Formats: sequence, C-alpha cells, structure tokens
Amino acid sequence: MVQIVFYLFILLTLGSAFGVLLTRNVLYAAFFLLLTLLGVAGLFVLAGADFLAVSQIMIYVGGVLVLIIFGVMLTHTKDAGQTDFTRPNYVLTRHRGWLWALVVAGGIFSVLYSALVRANFVLFGREPFFESTVDTIGRQLMTEFVVPFEIAGVLLLVALIGASTLAASSRPDR
Amino acid sequence: MEPINSGIYLLIGAALFSIGLAVVVLKRHAIMVLMGIELMLNAVNLNLIAFSQYDPDRLQGQMFSLFVMIVAAAEAAIALAIILQVYRHFRTVQLDEVNELRK
Repeated sequence: MVQIVFYLFILLTLGSAFGVLLTRNVLYAAFFLLLTLLGVAGLFVLAGADFLAVSQIMIYVGGVLVLIIFGVMLTHTKDAGQTDFTRPNYVLTRHRGWLWALVVAGGIFSVLYSALVRANFVLFGREPFFESTVDTIGRQLMTEFVVPFEIAGVLLLVALIGASTLAASSRPDR
Repeated sequence: MEPINSGIYLLIGAALFSIGLAVVVLKRHAIMVLMGIELMLNAVNLNLIAFSQYDPDRLQGQMFSLFVMIVAAAEAAIALAIILQVYRHFRTVQLDEVNELRK
C-alpha cells in the first residue's frame, strides 16, 4: 500500500517536472510546478519528514509559487502592434536549441545514475525512523542551530527590505 | 510502516536535478529559469531528507534542508523583484533580448 502511494508520488513529481520542461506556456509551467512541489512534499512524508513536508507546502506552494504567478501576470504583455512572426507572444516562451540542454542534463543524469546505482551507503542499512520530527526540530533549532536560525531571520528581513526596495519604481516621475 | 528503499530517493533527486538544469538551459523566459532553479533546490532537499531519516537524534539533513528552503524563498523574492525591474526597463523578460546594460 505504502509502496503504491510512493510510486504514485514519484510519478506525480517526475511527470509534472517533465511538464515544466516541455510546456511552452509559462502559466501552465507554474501549475505543473505546483504539482511537482506537492509530489515532493508527499515524498518528504514517506521519508519520515512530516514537519518539512508541511513547511514545503507552506513556503513553496503558499509563498514562492504565488509570487511566481504574480510575476508571470505582472510581466505579461500582448504586443498589439507586432505580429507573432516577428516577436514572441509573451506568455509563450521559445526554446533555445534542444541539443545543448539534452547533452548537459542527460550527461549529468547518466553520471549521477551510474554513480548512485553502484554506490553502497552504510547509512541505508540501518533501521529507518518513523516518528514525528517536530519535537526534535524544535529542540535542535533552539540549541545546536540557534546561530543559523537567527542568521536566517536576519536574511529574511534583508530579503524583504531588498525586494520591496528593488521592486519599487526607481524613477518617481513615472 | 514498511521501509522504502532509500536509494530510489537519490535517483529521483538526480532526475529532478537534471530536469531543472534542462529547464534553466533551455528556456528563454526569466521566470521559467527561476522555476528551474526551484526544481534543482527541491532535488537537493530530497537527497538531504533521504539521508536524514537514519539520523533521528540530530536530524542534521532536515535542519539543513529547512535552511535551504529559507534561502530559496529569499532568492525567489529578490529574483522576482529584479525581473520586475528588468521588465520595466526593457519591456520584455525574454533573456536573449536583454543583452545590454542600458538602453
């Protein structure tokens, strides 16, 4: 049963990731990315990382993806004066050549695949652990990882200020 | 709950990373490139969590992937702000047409 759900989540993740790769419409790609992120969250649950799955859904689906969709809509123009032959329609993105992307990505995947299939990790021989990780994560955040935690807070503040400063109109006369 | 072979997680991570890389190389739209980067970050998180399952006392992999998520959120916000400014300046976000610093 768990195995079937696991393979369904794999299928969802990789299938919609291929959808992001293959579609030419940026908005469709955003929705395929939503499916991919949900599939990854499901894989997180099956790997025993419940807190990370919930924060994956909250951060990526609730935050980053909404931002991306806003970005798509804010940067979308229909150029009325130009036909589709001279300029692309801006929701549709054109591809650069297929060849180099296939060579680079396929090459990296084949190298990683041949290495990972042959690798024998000692850690995977141990007994896996299925319990709620919220307790441990909370304790770790306040003890061992307290400095990175505070730095992450400062980073988010800086990113917030920086993003709103950058996105604000730089020329007040326009 | 029966255990799942964790090697599969590493293979999914490799596949997701390659797809993200292909999206980054292939697409011309700036937001599509951003989506490819998000896919690659997710693939890395998948690897970290596959290993973290066997480390219940310290959960270092999960902590690290939590910080990766935080940095990814900050990066997406900054990148979209930059893309908005580029769009205001050039009236396009197709990366091949943004080829000069001033216009």
